[in-house]
Amino acid sequence: MRYYSYFPGCSSEATAIGLELSNQAISQPLEIELIELEDWNCCGSTPYGSLDRQESVLVVARNLALAEKTGLDLVTPCSSCFVTLYGANLELRENPGLMRRVNEALAVANLEYHGNVRVRHLIEVLVNDVTPEVISARVKRPLNGLKVAPYYGCQLVRPDYGFDDPESPHSLDRLVTSLGAEAVPFALKNRCCGGSLIISDESMALGLIHKLLENARESGAECITTPCPLCQINLDAYQGRVNSKFNTNFDLPVLFVTQLIGLALEIEPKSLGLNTNIVSPNRVLEHITKVSQEAGSGT
Amino acid sequence: MEPRIGVYVCHCGSNIAGVVDCEAVTQFAQGLEGVIVARDYKFMCSDPGQELIKKDIRELGVNRVVVASCSPTMHEPTFRRACQEAGLNPYFFEMANIREQCSWVTEDHEEATEKAKALIAAAVRRVYYHQPLESREVPVNPNTLVVGGGIAGIQAALTIANSEHKVYLVERDPSIGGHMAQLDKTFPTLDCSACILTPKMTLVGSNPYIELMTWSEVEEVSGYIGNFKVKVRKKARYIDVSKCTGCGLCQEKCPWKAPSEFDVGLAQRKAIYTPFAQAVPNKPLIDREYCAYFQKGTCRACVKFCEAEAIDFEQEDEIVELEVGAIILATGFSLFDPTPIHQYGYGRLDNVITSLEFERMVNSAGPTGGHVVLKGGSHPESVAIIHCVGSRDEKYHEYCSRICCMQSMKFAHLLKEHTDAEVYEFYIDIRSFGKGYEEFYNRILNEGTIFIRGRPAEVTDVAETPEEKGKLIVQFEDTLAGVQRRLPVDMVVLSCALEPQPDAEVVARMFNISRSADGFFLERHPKLEPVTTMTDGIFVAGCCQGCRDIPDTVAQASATAAEVLVMISRGKVEIEAATAVVDERICSGCQLCLALCPYSAISFDEEKEVCRVNEALCKGCGTCVSACPSNSINLNHFTNQQIVAEMEGILG
Repeated sequence: MRYYSYFPGCSSEATAIGLELSNQAISQPLEIELIELEDWNCCGSTPYGSLDRQESVLVVARNLALAEKTGLDLVTPCSSCFVTLYGANLELRENPGLMRRVNEALAVANLEYHGNVRVRHLIEVLVNDVTPEVISARVKRPLNGLKVAPYYGCQLVRPDYGFDDPESPHSLDRLVTSLGAEAVPFALKNRCCGGSLIISDESMALGLIHKLLENARESGAECITTPCPLCQINLDAYQGRVNSKFNTNFDLPVLFVTQLIGLALEIEPKSLGLNTNIVSPNRVLEHITKVSQEAGSGT
Repeated sequence: MEPRIGVYVCHCGSNIAGVVDCEAVTQFAQGLEGVIVARDYKFMCSDPGQELIKKDIRELGVNRVVVASCSPTMHEPTFRRACQEAGLNPYFFEMANIREQCSWVTEDHEEATEKAKALIAAAVRRVYYHQPLESREVPVNPNTLVVGGGIAGIQAALTIANSEHKVYLVERDPSIGGHMAQLDKTFPTLDCSACILTPKMTLVGSNPYIELMTWSEVEEVSGYIGNFKVKVRKKARYIDVSKCTGCGLCQEKCPWKAPSEFDVGLAQRKAIYTPFAQAVPNKPLIDREYCAYFQKGTCRACVKFCEAEAIDFEQEDEIVELEVGAIILATGFSLFDPTPIHQYGYGRLDNVITSLEFERMVNSAGPTGGHVVLKGGSHPESVAIIHCVGSRDEKYHEYCSRICCMQSMKFAHLLKEHTDAEVYEFYIDIRSFGKGYEEFYNRILNEGTIFIRGRPAEVTDVAETPEEKGKLIVQFEDTLAGVQRRLPVDMVVLSCALEPQPDAEVVARMFNISRSADGFFLERHPKLEPVTTMTDGIFVAGCCQGCRDIPDTVAQASATAAEVLVMISRGKVEIEAATAVVDERICSGCQLCLALCPYSAISFDEEKEVCRVNEALCKGCGTCVSACPSNSINLNHFTNQQIVAEMEGILG
């Protein structure tokens, strides 16, 4: 069993319940334990940094100081939280002046950060610690023949963390194929979905989402998978609006990759929060049932 | 002889005096033990500066000299010569570096002054124990080895051979010619590359003073300046070249095909082949990997048709030993493979090609007969040329490859000549620095090529509009207009970086020379000794030393020839006297030093059972001295006594 300090991020408690449920559900069979960081606070997300850089780092530093006490790597499933935590951590390590000022502020809460925490994305943990090979060995119900478009979004691989190639990432592809599914060649796999632009400039964001959905469908995908809560909600919840704006008929389920892993591990769809996905994932479920029945009748 | 030390403090203009209080330092030196005179002067390396030293040697009887100035790399020989001219053994000189190691790197004036004092005290203590040494002269073998038969090697070999001195020209490929033979036209004059190169290649082939060894590689180098021994492997061609008439019938009849290296894989050649029509020597060779006889023991078509009976399947590699006085390395460059830049799609998207592939395509003797064609055979209506692919990019090569701007503009001109295509140049900066280059740039502008300042983010085939369907779309920021744009084109040419040969490290080690951070061979001095290396007698020319165009390569190659001819005409070279000496009375003959010596300068005397240093080979590196368990090796000019004195001096 591997142990990690776990930073769920705000969306895991609201728009991305499926992410949170599936993370917890697959931990046990994959022999990892995600120990939620006690009393964590919002990472501030990307907008905070553009308003007051120092304050935004301080908000992150409180989490880092708490995590440092656990002595474990700090793992987050949210790409946006990852960028924020990772970036602030790097800045603190490289800028002793900032570290000093931040620690002055943290002292009020009897906290201190020394720069020793390793911030990691859950996907990176699944690829490097758990490894696709082990996942593959644990699979009980392979997703054979399921055509999946692996969608990385921008924040999982950019800027370059040294984890995956920012221009041609492959980590998600490896996870998808480890489940027996087919990762279709998805040219726009790391193109931005618009992120929070959907709130401030919906029309432009819908244009970006439309391109992604179109390219995924042209690639032959039956569903899209992503690790990022923001990407997931954009592609999933706004598919209807894309359809009315562009006169299209997209009906592509958008699953968290951990939900997909859960299905292959034969975990109940409800325990993976699949009932909270907006575009119905029934097609995916039917495919899996069909495949396992065929396999069953074959033996 | 009681040491009478003179100390000379150099201001180096404001380089030293701007930070170090030279007057205070001079005064300090005056009070040091053994110092009879200390002076400071604006430029000690100048004639009047040197004259100060000479005068003191003659008139005041100064017999030890310390100059506190710059690094010894540049001016140690200058001051040693000054001492010698005044009648003092040059090894009674010592240099204190108060510029690079003091004034340039210390901000605080007081600290810098104190440091300069410490460095001078060290040099004064050291020079006290200096011994007179005699440098020796060794004769120079008048033969020269040139490694690499591209334009650089050809130029160097011809220049030396024209003075009627023997040259061995070793080339790894089956023919000389190098990259220049693959090019179509040359910028900015648009001369046909082959037309200006092949006459020189023929001259190499026919010059009685050049022994051409193609399909050969250097395997081992030993010896020293003036007296190198080199082992060359002549790879088997499976052709008896003395019998072969070069009629070409064997190639015609050979049924087996392989991708042509010369045409960068765009065309095929036979298993028995000469790489291109004007190859020198114009004799074929057999590629074992594709030859049916070597693979299956069948075929023998070439044997049947060869009237000269020149095919020899039994031929084996041959090792040739050469003795030469100087070596010129002209091993060239390798083209950057753009596959790792995934976003440009090379190897993934059709009609994304490299600069060298374009050169072959546009060459009338090339695989498409000079027609610029897309996959499928149609002609492009629009072409994007991307500059700096792999150059000026921290992920790959930080340096500018120097030829890409001009080469890309040449491509634009050739495209206008061969097609009706619209041409777009994507550049970061236009660097048209050479003679006639800026004029060429203006010419290309006037021809209607569209220049867009901005390094493209991506080349993709994912269309966003109906007009983009079936095209390659270049996504870029036009940094002059400050807008993001997409441009659909039919063909993308990647102007790839030049990079060091993949085996540059092995070659550098074999010839015992250094490489700079960019991986190219390192010259001794970037400005004043651009073709010599840190190993005496070994010179570098052309792109193996750094990216350059043909005019610069030819100039540099001629310079190496001049350096070699100086050695030959002088007939002898001076050898550094600071070498290691074995005290044969103490040496136990353990031979530990033998294995450690990087210059193979130590040999074992079987009879006396002691080790001995060949002074001509020894570079005075000191490795053997520190390793000797019985302390029986001493390094002239770096004796324990001298080094301990230096440390005592610096610690004050």
